[in-house]
Amino acid sequence: MEYEPVIGLEVHSQLKTKTKIFCTCSTSFGAAPNTHTCPVCLGMPGVLPVLNKKVVDYTLRMAVATHCEINRESRFARKNYFYPDLPKGYQISQYELPIAQNGWLEIELNGRKKRIGITRIHMEEDAGKLTHDPDRPLSMVDFNRTGVPLMEIVSEPDIRSPEEAGAYLRQLRSIVRYLGISDGNMEEGSFRCDANVSIRPKGSGPFGTRTELKNLNSFKHVEKAISFEIHRQKEILEDGGQVIQETRLWDPDKNRSTSMRGKEEAHDYRYFPDPDLLPLVIDDHWIDSIKTAIPELPDKKKKRFMDEYALPSYNAELLTSSRELADYFEACVEAFPNPKQVSNWVMGSLLGLLNAQGMSIDASPISPENLSQLLKLIDQKIISGKIAKTVFEEMAHTGRPPKEIVAKKGLVQVTDESSIRSAVLTVLHRCSKEVDDYKNGKTKLFGFFVGQVMKETQGKANPKIVNKILKNLLGE
Amino acid sequence: MKLYELSIQEAHRLLRKKEISSQDLTRAILDRINTVDEAVGAYITVGSETAMAQAETADKSISEGRLTPLTGIPIALKDLICTKGLRTTCGSKILENFIPPYDASVVKKLKKDGAVIVGKLNMDEFAMGSSTEHSGFKLTHNPWDLTRIPGGSSGGSAAAVASDMCIGSLGSDTGGSIRQPASHCGVVGLKPTYGRVSRFGLVAFASSLDQIGPLTKDVTDCALLMNSISGYDPADSTSVPEHVPDYTSFLENGLKGMVVGIPREYSTTQGIDPDVSDAVERAVKKIEALGAEPVEISLPHTEYGVAAYYVIAPSEASSNLARYDGVKYGYRDKDNNSLLEMYKSTRSKGFGPEVQRRIILGTYSLSAGYYDAYYGKASQVRTLIVRDFNKAFETCDVILAPVAPTPAFKLGAMTDDPLTMYLSDIFTLSANLAGIPGISVPCGFSSEGLPIGLQIMARHFEEGKLFKVAYNFEQATGFHKKKPHL
Repeated sequence: MEYEPVIGLEVHSQLKTKTKIFCTCSTSFGAAPNTHTCPVCLGMPGVLPVLNKKVVDYTLRMAVATHCEINRESRFARKNYFYPDLPKGYQISQYELPIAQNGWLEIELNGRKKRIGITRIHMEEDAGKLTHDPDRPLSMVDFNRTGVPLMEIVSEPDIRSPEEAGAYLRQLRSIVRYLGISDGNMEEGSFRCDANVSIRPKGSGPFGTRTELKNLNSFKHVEKAISFEIHRQKEILEDGGQVIQETRLWDPDKNRSTSMRGKEEAHDYRYFPDPDLLPLVIDDHWIDSIKTAIPELPDKKKKRFMDEYALPSYNAELLTSSRELADYFEACVEAFPNPKQVSNWVMGSLLGLLNAQGMSIDASPISPENLSQLLKLIDQKIISGKIAKTVFEEMAHTGRPPKEIVAKKGLVQVTDESSIRSAVLTVLHRCSKEVDDYKNGKTKLFGFFVGQVMKETQGKANPKIVNKILKNLLGE
Repeated sequence: MKLYELSIQEAHRLLRKKEISSQDLTRAILDRINTVDEAVGAYITVGSETAMAQAETADKSISEGRLTPLTGIPIALKDLICTKGLRTTCGSKILENFIPPYDASVVKKLKKDGAVIVGKLNMDEFAMGSSTEHSGFKLTHNPWDLTRIPGGSSGGSAAAVASDMCIGSLGSDTGGSIRQPASHCGVVGLKPTYGRVSRFGLVAFASSLDQIGPLTKDVTDCALLMNSISGYDPADSTSVPEHVPDYTSFLENGLKGMVVGIPREYSTTQGIDPDVSDAVERAVKKIEALGAEPVEISLPHTEYGVAAYYVIAPSEASSNLARYDGVKYGYRDKDNNSLLEMYKSTRSKGFGPEVQRRIILGTYSLSAGYYDAYYGKASQVRTLIVRDFNKAFETCDVILAPVAPTPAFKLGAMTDDPLTMYLSDIFTLSANLAGIPGISVPCGFSSEGLPIGLQIMARHFEEGKLFKVAYNFEQATGFHKKKPHL
């Protein structure tokens, strides 16, 4: 029988507000343990939470960007469970009345577009972090992360393949990054994903029993873990067995998941409205102010890049994969209005350089001004494309403007026909054997002569003029 | 003149005239504590040194002409109001050695106004109880009869005021915990409107019901303390940004035009002591004689209040008390081998039986499959009780009622009967469920000479009306002037 997977994702995205969700402690990462704490986030007796409005702002941006209905009145609820990284013994989250629900976003996979429904978006606080001493029976807890704001985005079970799950996640990440509300970094844990997976006979109605997959720490692992799970469930069903509802933990080293807990061990979180926080009321004015502040989102930007700059879909998608990259591209195009040329250089040399060095576009040593200046130098035939590569490398090293590098190193293209002619003559004289071969029909050697002339002129000769003179002198 | 017998108002007058110093007054209070607290048992912690230091500061400020009505006045606090550097136990072994690194917002306000913090007062553990017998540390005795309970859970706060071991105190009221001990000890006690006084730094029992309020020797003092502690606090999201009037402006004679509501249901409540109903009836007549117009009102859902309260309060408590897990502060039982065992043994040994009973009750009420039938239903009852009051206040300004069905009972009399103890909250907990203010003011004595209080309730943020009625009644009767013999 052919099976169809049914997948829903729960994504936790850390919001990059300066302060925590219910107190004024810093959210910054990497400080010494328990230095970004106060009585409130430590859950000391008698303290009370005060909602950080910025967290609401950020979540509203996401809600608007994903076409959600915004609840004019939502509530915070307590999720009760005991764990040493949870100082209050409960996590403040949203339960019955989340801030937003019923939205969607569009993914594109192999040229096909598909809408994935978003069930709900809500706000909650992060827990602390435990570390265990490997040698002694001792655990340590760091509460710096306690109270860092999280936004949870729950998708509808609309996803039908591991690849769609990946596309959905990438689109989601690209949106949070565009909105400037989260780093969206899976490896560092600022963007976390749990997957609910079930399978059913293809096209048929009721969903099968689902399992929940945890510990999916990269896009690759999400897709791998889902594939593994689909396969595992298929085997069970094909053997006449039944999938049991459970939570499974992905082991990235072994490329497999193992059961973490069954349905009967599932926690009863005893959710109830948090009496310390008033219902969150959001009025039209608030929503309007959010709407006007929403930037152009990736799907729209991609479409505009295709229309406005006549770029192919692939280029447009890649160039809009982050707001910063798109901005970089547009800054270049503004100074040098040849989108195709800019696109080639940005996607080729520039991204090649950045990827090799593990740098983000923000940290690029080559500014958009300098890159467009370089393209102008080529366009104005002041330097050759070959020299341009050298100049580019120098720019990457020093961050200096290309004009300065060209002037300093004397890299200006030679267009003076008489000096090129003398260089050609020198080469032909030196390579008399090759000249004979050429004349005897080995015309492929033309490229060799061009190369030799460029070498002779340290790459500065205008290649077109070299071609012209060579052809001339080789007797055509 | 015995300095410790002074009221806030009287002491302030003497301090202002520099006839006494705050150090004299504070020393007198500390001496009084030394003399009588062994018998009464109101204090868990006495901060003698810090109190004297604060008194010295107060004297300096008075000598410079800077004083508020509370400057230099020795005030004591129920031991669930956090005091920076001064142990705050909540009456529980689990917080026996907890020293908060912060002051509750009310403490900041008192200190800003120059009050002297004398110490921390005994209470039922985590404010769960009506007799202070559930303290993890000791019993507090009723100053009027040392064989009896002082009421609770703010039993220490009421007993300390009644026995002149402080000039005024703060307590907290979740279901009657200020008004009932005030009634039993013959002092004035006010539960303000929910949101009137910041809860920041008040160790939570049931967050949607808890409210800090004053216990004082008379109504004027109560208004003075309210002037200091009331008002919006950005650190408490449930505090309300509503204008705070000068409460002493309501202390004027005459009740003409005031309509007082008498709930029909309260007179038919079972188990009410005849001495209590007589005293309350006489009080109603007195208030009528002072110019108020009585009307009968109905609060039809009163009988469901106790049940709703004993679902909502323990539910919130079960969550509020989860933080006492032995991980970060407070008591941790060392005799265990796993995380789960550490939680279990710490909480089993750290919490007393009443607290454990309520945690279990609340945990059950919130559990999957029971939530709708218990917490959900109780929340609906709560809405009905709010409506009862809204409707009643359409025809009256304030409601008069008993505080407790009986005068203070004997120590140990109800220890094995928690249900009867719960039922004794029937007249007080409705105000908490509805969030309205209520005051207890002395209205007479039982045949055995035990104080009885009259409860007055008003609409949200109408504490002023409570003060007005209570003040007129107090001035006309003078029950507050009688003192216990110690």
